[in-house]
Amino acid sequence: MNPFDFMLRNWREILSLTGEHLALVAVSTAIALTVGIPTGLLLTRRASLKRPVLAVANVLQTVPSLALFGFLIPLPFVGIGARAAIIALVLYALLPVIRNTVTGVEGVERSVREAAVAMGMTDAQILRQVELPLAAPVILAGVRVATVISVGVATIAAAIGAGGLGTYIFRGLRQYDNNLILAGAVPAALLALAADAGIGLLESRLDVRRRIARSRRKGSALLRRVVWAAVALVVVACGALALRSRAGRADVVVGSKDFTESVILAEMLAQSLEARGLRVERRYELGGNLAHDSLVAGQIDAYPEYTGTSLMAILKHPPSTDARAVYEQVKREYAERFDVEVGPPLGFEDTFAILVRSTDARRLNLKTISDATRFAPKWRAGFGQDFMSRKDGYEGFARAYDLQFAERPREMDLSLSYRALASGGVDIIAGNSTDGMIATLKLVQLEDDRHYFPPYEAVFLARRDTLARLPQMREVIQKLAGAVSTDEMRRLNFEVDGNKRPAADVVREWRQSKGL
Amino acid sequence: MSSAPSDSSAVVSFRRVTYAAPGMPAPIIDDLSLEIRRGETLVLLGESGCGKTTTLRLINRLLVPTAGEVLVEGKDTREWDAVGLRRRTGYVIQEAGLFPHFTVERNVALVPTLEGWDEERVRVRVQELLRLVGLEPERFAARFPAELSGGQRQRVGVARALAADPPLLLMDEPFGALDPLTRAALQREFAALQKRLGKTTVFVTHDVREALMLGTRVALMSAGRIVLLDTPGGFLDSDEPHARAYRDTLLPPGESLSGFATETQRHGE
Repeated sequence: MNPFDFMLRNWREILSLTGEHLALVAVSTAIALTVGIPTGLLLTRRASLKRPVLAVANVLQTVPSLALFGFLIPLPFVGIGARAAIIALVLYALLPVIRNTVTGVEGVERSVREAAVAMGMTDAQILRQVELPLAAPVILAGVRVATVISVGVATIAAAIGAGGLGTYIFRGLRQYDNNLILAGAVPAALLALAADAGIGLLESRLDVRRRIARSRRKGSALLRRVVWAAVALVVVACGALALRSRAGRADVVVGSKDFTESVILAEMLAQSLEARGLRVERRYELGGNLAHDSLVAGQIDAYPEYTGTSLMAILKHPPSTDARAVYEQVKREYAERFDVEVGPPLGFEDTFAILVRSTDARRLNLKTISDATRFAPKWRAGFGQDFMSRKDGYEGFARAYDLQFAERPREMDLSLSYRALASGGVDIIAGNSTDGMIATLKLVQLEDDRHYFPPYEAVFLARRDTLARLPQMREVIQKLAGAVSTDEMRRLNFEVDGNKRPAADVVREWRQSKGL
Repeated sequence: MSSAPSDSSAVVSFRRVTYAAPGMPAPIIDDLSLEIRRGETLVLLGESGCGKTTTLRLINRLLVPTAGEVLVEGKDTREWDAVGLRRRTGYVIQEAGLFPHFTVERNVALVPTLEGWDEERVRVRVQELLRLVGLEPERFAARFPAELSGGQRQRVGVARALAADPPLLLMDEPFGALDPLTRAALQREFAALQKRLGKTTVFVTHDVREALMLGTRVALMSAGRIVLLDTPGGFLDSDEPHARAYRDTLLPPGESLSGFATETQRHGE
């Protein structure tokens, strides 16, 4: 399918996401203006505040957006979704608005300001009648920058479930699907261009010199009014559409992390809950540690996690290799620290998988990683950035198995390393044990016979207060215990990533085949 | 020769006024005393930095003295409501300081509008003033400052200053940035206007020719003090070294001093 066909087929969803995007940008820009312009004006009156306030606004703008979201989510009344996104967008938009307000007002000619004072205008009159009108083009230039930034940053808001066009972009990046990326990126780029051009037009209309020229040719006032009314109508309509799609309270909110497998597992839970008559809201594709933060903050009720990730990334413990002990420790500490219950293992692990070509495995009779150490000095290895840098990654791995390769392992994109192995560019890689590519490319996973890799058993995490409120949810999670094998998970992942099918459809079929 | 009208009461009085800008070692105005009489045009003459503009700005409370007091109509400027004082004090500056986003009409109408005059009265007044400064309202009222020549802008600046008929007019090198021909024309017209209106005016310039032509009295300033205060005729006769230096700039060698003085005075009247 080419991108154009894709967009034609999905225009409804694209329009709705564009609406969400527009609503995020419009609301946040409006707030940034109501806060930023008065702040800027205050700074022109209180010189001592100027440096500290501009410095704070400057720093805010350098905070990476995901980090900012991470700070915001645990705050009361914020949480995940549109509210956190809007706050972040406002914070980013403040600097250009404040700075340009200050620059614009300070740029008013000295003689004009002096004349205004000497004519006996009060400070408020000078501000309203002289400084603001003369600074307007510069202030608007700041608004323009702020809006264009907002359109861009709003794509990242999809990572915290705020919707918008970023939803497509993230999904597309994950699934290596250019159609999805384009379907998100092209409308976002068009929005940015439209905002830039629209505000640029307004800016030039407010410029004194052009205003003079315009006052000479009147008559198009009606037309202008019609155009502006139409623009306003479109913005309001898109915003309303976006808000409508979010309305309605659910019994339970299921979240997921921002990769395919997590979405599939979350969908399994969501569909099982729906089968029991519950209304489920889906807050998928939460980036970084946002899923955990949201769970603890009560923004979501459950999401799928891996025991090793909980142990090291959340609880900050050193790697450990005993699956049983890790599970028990995570279960105990989550209950104590977060009031979160760790469900029974789902039946598979998503850990690093040391992979070789099946032809090599057969020819050299390789079953375990220890079997491969003999051949390693003649092999080339290719590892993802993640594996090369993690605590439980390459360095400890090479030491545990006393491995030496022909050359330093090449660091490459994870998905590329699969293809490099299949095509003979490298001879050994570290993939994900549940990746659909393993079956497709006929790769063989070597057994971790020295138990170097920590266990990454898939489990559902659920808030205990939700479980107390909805006893059916506990039953559902119990029923999914041990329900997914590693092979099954590989197949499901491949259906979504390889065959580009919606996760909801894939999970529905899986549930039918399991008789659930 | 110094025959200033003695019956005129003081509109503005400087009483031992010192003004020092924060962070500057020497005061800009140093123990200055001065009376400005009703109906006169007092010219403050001096080089850049001598304090003449500062003196002007002390009158409409753009600045307040660090020592001494400035009285306007007998009342300390610090006791005046600043806005009220400024609205009854016309002010014209070198760059005209017109609001670029206002038409000529709105610029001139500024103070009357601030004072809450009704629309019709403002309109009539603006027309009257534009005619007074030699600009036909039909051609110029709707223009923006950017569409005017420098001389026309300065005329609008004068009209704006006169709009609410203030009893006192302050002018800070109003013709300084104009080309010589335009400047000469405006000086002549302003002299004529002054004769008609008889407004108390304080006029700042560094141009001795302009000072002698427009002033009923000339206050020669140097380093924050008044070194000479006299009529144009007295100025030309003075032996004060600064006054002599200024006088010498006026004349090509061999020209008779007294002849020039009479000529200037005749012109001024």
